[in-house]
Amino acid sequence: MPEPKIVLDEDDIRRTLVRIAHEVVEKNSGRPVALVGIHRRGAHLANRLHRLVCDLLDEEVPLGDIDIAFYRDDLNTRGPDPHVNASNLDFRMEDYTVVLVDDVLYTGRTVRAAIEALFDYGRPARIQLAVLADRGHRELPLRPDYVGKNLPTARSERVNVRVRELDGADVVTITELEEAFA
Amino acid sequence: MRHLLSIEDLDREAIERILDRAKTFTDVSEREIKKVPALRGRRVLNLFYEASTRTRSSFELAAKSLSADVINFAASGSAVDKGESLKDTVQTLSAYRPDLICIRTPFVGAAQLVAGWTTASVVNAGDGKHEHPTQALLDVYTLRERVGRLEGLNIWIVGDITHSRVARSCILAFQTMGAKVTVAGPPTLIPRGMEAMCDVAYDLDRLNEADVVYALRMQHERMTDSFVPSLREYASVYQIDGRRLGPRQVLMHPGPVNRGVELAAEVIDSPQAVIGQQVEAGVVVRMAVLYELLTGRANPKPALTPAPLTA
Repeated sequence: MPEPKIVLDEDDIRRTLVRIAHEVVEKNSGRPVALVGIHRRGAHLANRLHRLVCDLLDEEVPLGDIDIAFYRDDLNTRGPDPHVNASNLDFRMEDYTVVLVDDVLYTGRTVRAAIEALFDYGRPARIQLAVLADRGHRELPLRPDYVGKNLPTARSERVNVRVRELDGADVVTITELEEAFA
Repeated sequence: MRHLLSIEDLDREAIERILDRAKTFTDVSEREIKKVPALRGRRVLNLFYEASTRTRSSFELAAKSLSADVINFAASGSAVDKGESLKDTVQTLSAYRPDLICIRTPFVGAAQLVAGWTTASVVNAGDGKHEHPTQALLDVYTLRERVGRLEGLNIWIVGDITHSRVARSCILAFQTMGAKVTVAGPPTLIPRGMEAMCDVAYDLDRLNEADVVYALRMQHERMTDSFVPSLREYASVYQIDGRRLGPRQVLMHPGPVNRGVELAAEVIDSPQAVIGQQVEAGVVVRMAVLYELLTGRANPKPALTPAPLTA
């Protein structure tokens, strides 16, 4: 059985987030920006990104998280998600450029659901997308604004993002799908 | 899980899963757009053979909050008045292809029967004196919100146990969650053999032991004989009033309340009462039930592949 291939280690992830934070600040200079993470790992990444962005701007920007379980388009076939988290969005989105944060961008369906969910809370001035890894195979016309790493993958592979807060370590690996299920 | 006919369909884990999810739905009710698309395109049929305010409106609101479409069917004013049977009605309405039927009837076991006649999921919204599982779920939810865990809690259910589907479902649900249940009421209103299920008391002398007092409604409509000498006499012995209810006890009631019969006016509006919270919990808990039954189950569809053409 092949070993999972490490594509980003702890230091890589830290540096990547620092770079994305700089890009977010640069691209939105002078515009109020807010960060919203997609549950569950995206929320933790958004949390860290938020710290970095606040330090760069020297001011507190709003942070939120959003659960998209009820917005998925595959509820009929996939079954209910055992982990549903409350969404926290307690700022007026009309005034902000909202940066959605997720761990892996794949088909784009999660992001579509997240955008739909956001609109049920308000009407953001602008939405941007930040992802730690973009593995391709989009099924919807979506494009990220900030990418940690582009990972050309086969559909038979699985990209695993582990974060310290949930999994005890920061690492991104690629495994063959059969193995990931075993 | 396909149907919710009895609280016995659920083990502790399932109850906790449903109630945890209900909790996340409170977020939906609090925001400006009180709707998520989770059940978009699904049809929910409310079939009510018996009067109901809370249950019907909360099922309707729950389904609509999840973007399902709702058809309300009340037996009065329909073909039932012309003598259409339950089976014929269900089969007729099944032609509208509901994904879920929510049924209340005065007949014990009707929900179970309906489940056998349709491909839709069936939720029992009360069948006669038998069960009312979603009421029990929302009561467990309300208690979890108010006191935390039910484990080890002393719950007294007071009043007309015999005619109460709420009592039956609640006893089972509370016990499943680890609470100790005592029922209290006049001997005529407690079914024989009740001792096998839980503790029984015929007066309220030990009511101060209770952490939670759950009063039931005197059900005039189900009483064919005289079970109590008079409502006044019943009230003098079993009414929960400011004197009997302790300051640390939680007071519950499934509604509608007969003011001055099972509850004195002063306790209904007391801080111990969670009657309003029970009603509020009804929507989110029923959302969680609909979500549990209707997701992850692609509807059985007839094969669409046309027969191959033969030369």
